[in-house]
Amino acid sequence: MDRDNATWLTDLRLVGSTQEAALVELRAALLSRLRRGLGGRLGQDAALADDIVQDALVRILARLNDFRGRSLFLTWATSIAIRLAMTEIRRRRWRDVRLEDLINDVPHQPTDEPASDARDMHQAIIARMRALMSTVLTDKQRAALEAELRGMPQDEIARHLGTNRNALYKLAHDARKRLKLGLESAGYGAAEVQELFA
Amino acid sequence: MALTQSEIAALMRLIACTKDHELDCDECLSFLAELAEAECAGRSVSELLGAVEHHLSICLECREEYEILRATLRADGDAK
Repeated sequence: MDRDNATWLTDLRLVGSTQEAALVELRAALLSRLRRGLGGRLGQDAALADDIVQDALVRILARLNDFRGRSLFLTWATSIAIRLAMTEIRRRRWRDVRLEDLINDVPHQPTDEPASDARDMHQAIIARMRALMSTVLTDKQRAALEAELRGMPQDEIARHLGTNRNALYKLAHDARKRLKLGLESAGYGAAEVQELFA
Repeated sequence: MALTQSEIAALMRLIACTKDHELDCDECLSFLAELAEAECAGRSVSELLGAVEHHLSICLECREEYEILRATLRADGDAK
């Protein structure tokens, strides 16, 4: 049965056999899409896709009011299932890596090295950046940026830091803004930085 | 600092494109389906979806999830 967005929403909000039929259809569609989209990422665990789709159905039912109808319902539902799947896949891939092993555990010392002593503009900006990282960021912000630059997924960094991916993004965004402001105060604008490190 | 030169360079590129206001990962997810459908259909994206594209240029995880979604839609279209 091809459902339009309104039918999906109506049927999933009902209780009983109508909702059950919609859930069966949605489960089959998500399973098929995840297997096609994720391919080898699912690994050898045959039950993984089933488990993820089960979690996705719960999440989708809880968020029906968030669907704004600006895409197909099935596309929206698939985006939620993919996020859950990739979060779990990344967790499995990184579960044995400790944040402390990934980042430097040497205390961060502020450096007094003036930018003007650097050999050229490139080195001067790097020196300024190192100084800023030591002085304007919190320990959590430094750890988050370092781990991110070394490839650890945000979900995993968040787990180590006792937060969630969304809050971690905001933490890292605030860190980037502080560093950007610090560079601008030192006379290095975004366009200049962009050009030098393109 | 423990960052290598190449890590510093990657950080510089991130900082250069940092904006005062950025969508977070949850906000990005809420627009991902719309953006993927627009792109697959070759439609131009609105200003709001431009903010989603900016988030995708910063956030590797959201970017990866978006690319999987887009590939899934294309494969779905091909299968029909």
